[in-house]
This record gives sequence, C-alpha cells and structure tokens, in this order.
Amino acid sequence: MEKGKNFVVGVYDEEDVLLEAVGKIRHQGVKINEVYTPYPVHGLDDALGYHYSNLPIAGFLFGLTGTILALTMMIYTLGFDWPMDIGGKPYIALPDFIPITFELTVLLCALGMTGTFFVASNLKPWAQPKMFDPRSVDDKFVLTVDLAKNASMDAIALSGIIKASGASEVSTKTME
Amino acid sequence: MAHHPTTVNLDETFVFTANAKKKIFMTIGLGIVLLILGIVFSMMGGHHGHEEVAAAHSAEGHHETAAWVVRLAKNLWHNNIFFAGISVMGVFFVAFNYVAWAGWSSSIIRVPAAFGNYLWIAAPLTILLFIVFGHDLFHWTHEYLYDKNSPQYDHVLDHKKGYLNSTFFLIRSAVYFGLWLVFFHIIRGHMKNEDITGDEKWYHKIVIVSAGFLVIFGVTSSMSAWDWAMSVDPHWFSTMFGWYCFASWFISALAILTFIVLVLKDNGYLAIVNENHIHDLGKFVFAFSIFWTYIWFEQFLLYYYANLPEEVGYFITRLKTDAYTPLFFLILVMNFVFPFLILMTRNAKRQSIILKVICGVVVVGHWLDFYMMLTPPIMKQQGGLDGITLFMELGMGLVFLGIFLFMVLTALSKLALIPKNHPMIQESVHHHVF
Repeated sequence: MEKGKNFVVGVYDEEDVLLEAVGKIRHQGVKINEVYTPYPVHGLDDALGYHYSNLPIAGFLFGLTGTILALTMMIYTLGFDWPMDIGGKPYIALPDFIPITFELTVLLCALGMTGTFFVASNLKPWAQPKMFDPRSVDDKFVLTVDLAKNASMDAIALSGIIKASGASEVSTKTME
Repeated sequence: MAHHPTTVNLDETFVFTANAKKKIFMTIGLGIVLLILGIVFSMMGGHHGHEEVAAAHSAEGHHETAAWVVRLAKNLWHNNIFFAGISVMGVFFVAFNYVAWAGWSSSIIRVPAAFGNYLWIAAPLTILLFIVFGHDLFHWTHEYLYDKNSPQYDHVLDHKKGYLNSTFFLIRSAVYFGLWLVFFHIIRGHMKNEDITGDEKWYHKIVIVSAGFLVIFGVTSSMSAWDWAMSVDPHWFSTMFGWYCFASWFISALAILTFIVLVLKDNGYLAIVNENHIHDLGKFVFAFSIFWTYIWFEQFLLYYYANLPEEVGYFITRLKTDAYTPLFFLILVMNFVFPFLILMTRNAKRQSIILKVICGVVVVGHWLDFYMMLTPPIMKQQGGLDGITLFMELGMGLVFLGIFLFMVLTALSKLALIPKNHPMIQESVHHHVF
C-alpha cells in the first residue's frame, strides 16, 4: 500500500486572488500539486504552466488504427477470402470501402480518445476522488502543494508563502 | 488576463497605399503579358487542337471557332464565376456571423465585408461574356437544337427549354447579382451608420438584413451554380452540384480571407487580432476543406456505384482521359490531403507562415476544381494543361486575382477596419480558444 502523502492546503476566497497567488507561488520555486475550483477559471491553465494536452496525438493514432483495421478487414474478406461480384466492380473496390473506413476511423478515434482521457484522468467507477476541502465544490478555491515534491522547503516555509499570497486559510493534510 | 478590461485602440483605417496599388497593377500587368504570350503561342502551335475542336464543332453544324478563342472564352468564364462566387461568399460570411451573433469574428468582419465590391465587376462581365461567347461556352444556346426539322434536334434539351434559354438565363444572372449587391450595400450602409452614431440598433438591423440575405442566398447560390457551371454540360445533372460549387467557393473565400488578414497583420494593421482569431480562421479552412471533400466524394461515389451511362459520363471524361486524369488526382491532393494532414495539429493553425502556404495551395486547388468543372464539356479533349496553355490560364488567373484584390482593398479602405461600436468587439479583443 502507498503511504500517505503530506500536503499544504491553501483556501482562497476570490478567483482573482487565486490567479495572482498561483503566479507568485510558482515564482518562488514552489511546485503546485493541483488547484481545485468550483468552476473553470479562465487563464488558470496558463498560470499553472500546463502544457497543451497530448490527447489529439492519441486520437490520431487511434484513428489511424481504425483506418488500417477497416481497410484490412474489407480487402481481406472481399478481395481474398470470399470475392464477390457486386455490380461488376473490381473485388477490391476502394471507393466503396471509404464510407466504412471513415466510420471505423471516427469510431476508434472517439472511443480511444475517451478511454485515454479516462485513464489519464484516473476516472473509473471505483476511483476515490481526492477531496482536500469539500468547500472547493461550493464557493472556495483550494490550492495544494505536495511536500515530497518540494524537498527544499518545509511545511512552515510553504505555509508562509501560501498565506502571504493571499490565502484565507492554510492547513496541512495527509492524504492516502 | 481576460477579466481585466484592457483599453485598446479600436480606431483603425486601412490605407490603400500607392505602393500596394502598384503591386496589384504589376500582378495584372504580368497576367496580361502571360496571357498575350499564351494566345500567341496557341495561335502558332495550336493547329492540332484547332482541327479537332473545329471537327467537333462542324459535326454539330456550328461555324468554326479557333481553339484558342474557345479557350479564351472558357478562360474568362472560369475566372469570372470563380471570383464572383468568392465575392458573394464574403457577404455570406458576414451574414452568418451576424445571424449567429458571433463575437470573436467582429475584429475581422470588415475584411469579408469588402469582398462583395467585386460583384460590380462580375455582374456586367457575366452578362457580357454570355452575350459574346454564349455559343462557344453553352451548347444549349444553339437554336438548331430546338428545331424539330433539324438533324441535330435534341428532345432532352427541348424539354429543358423552359428553364435553359438565353433570355431567362440573362434575367436570372441579373437577378442574382442584383439581389447580392443590394444586400451587400445595405449591410455596409448599416456598418457605416454604426461607426458614425455608435447606436446599437444598427447591429440589430444588420442581423435582420443578414437573415434575409441567407434565405435569398440559400436559393441563389445553388441556382447560380446550376446556371453558370452545371449547364455547360446540359444533358448531365447532379443534385449535389449546388452544394459542390458552394463548398468550393466558400473554402476559396475563407482561404483568401485568412490570407488577407495575415498580410494585413504583417503590415501593422489589425493589432487586436491575435493567434486565437487566426486559429479560428485556420479551423474554418481545415473544416471546409473536409466539407468540400465530403461533397465531392458523395457526388462521385453515387455515380460510381450506380454506374448509369448518362450520369457516369461526367467522371469518365475527367478520370479516364489523358488530358484530365492527372488534374483529377492533383485536385484531391491539393484540396484534401494537403490541408487535412498539415492543418490537423493545433500549432499549424496558429502559425502565420503555414496558414499562408495552405491558403495559397487551397485557392489554386479550387481554381483548378472549377477548371475541371468547366473545361471538359467546353473544350472536350483539347482542354488539358500543358506548357503552352498554362500561360493563358495563369495569365488570366493573375489578371482576375489582381482586379479582385483591387476591388476588395478599395472597399476595405472606405470603412473603418475595426467596427469599434460593434456590441461584441470587447469579446473579440479578449477572444481565447484552447
């Protein structure tokens, strides 16, 4: 079993204060673990320095798999395994294959991207959501810092930085 | 950050400098030189083509027309309807953005709002070309087809005569251009009033006028495509053709729009247009390239699948002949494979240089698409592109492009470049997409 991790948790009342705080805290070399907000905050991704998601690349690869799968299936079945004369067309009539190729490409792309997103975001029916502070689904903005990832600073120093950035409450918490 | 209201300078006017005019006149000049060279080359070296086209025409009982004259007529008509369509697509872009209450596009909306000015050239030219070259371009204009005693009597065309006759054709063309120009000028008039008075009611008036235009446009865009492009092959028809032409015109207009916006930015205009707006324009180019391919393929697949002689002829002449087969596949690569694969990533849509290249390729690709719609029925097997004919085609293309740009930029300089009293201009200033 994984041991509990120690976090410093800052609670903010205002969106603007939080956005500025994220910049200030990161500027001091602190690695922020995660920020929990009641609604999507515009500009928070940039402030946290998140890179653009690689999900589209996964989507492209899943789509390509669908294309290859569809073409292989139809070329093998209609071209080699059980050739049929349909309206005098060649056995491997590529234009006829395009609609199904398109459908399978889109299907695998969509399902694959959704699945990848679920795995990457740890979304599964039995997953226990990390809830640092229940008020983050109501009206507070909660910022967390993982102590293990900021080895150069201790909990007191980190609490000081978060408090100084405008948090209304600062506490430490151990999570599974 | 998006939530701090920033004050930006919204007073911007495009100045159509003498230098810019000189560049456009040089483009037109280069076009004319290439065109004349092309005509001279075809007159000297085109005997082979001359005889075959003449033979084809004399078989129809028609007086002889030199191959280069037919090509010149086709050439003028091809460029004329290509740019006329792009021009009205600019008005269409403005109209649907207003009807959708789009905020993001308000910073660039004055660019497509200038496209319609070219209609003033296209309208008389269309009428003139039809009167002068009607018999060379449109088989159905010949009187002998409708004479029951003539050996060339064509009962199919006789049945279509109620619609396909020269008088009604001219009336229809005049009505399309008339309606488009009226709506274009009403919208621009309201834009001007909005700039002067700052009253929001002008915005709502543009929305209402735009909704009216969309209804008119829905009918006229399809009908003009049947008249101007589909009727060159009067026995053949496709229920997809209106959409097919629309797709080709619209993606060309989007590509030219994106290109003009990028060049304006390079010259210091449109400071409030940032990579997010460019990204959205890139998405438009990407999406409508796929839309065109979808329509193109839908038309192809049904005819290929059913394989009925009277329908499939369209593709036989384009797919299975030496003159057109290479172009047939080149168009697919330029208009689908290239923009699809390159514009797929997010970064490509946000970079000026990549978008400019793609837009250039897409415009040429759709220009070739119209070439392929019109040339095979008009020029039969003499319509291929080679070293000699390319001079004429390129030359005429440059002349029309120059005139089009001149008309658009003239209109662009007449109104403020940014609609500073547009109620959603602030939304556009803070536009941000992921």
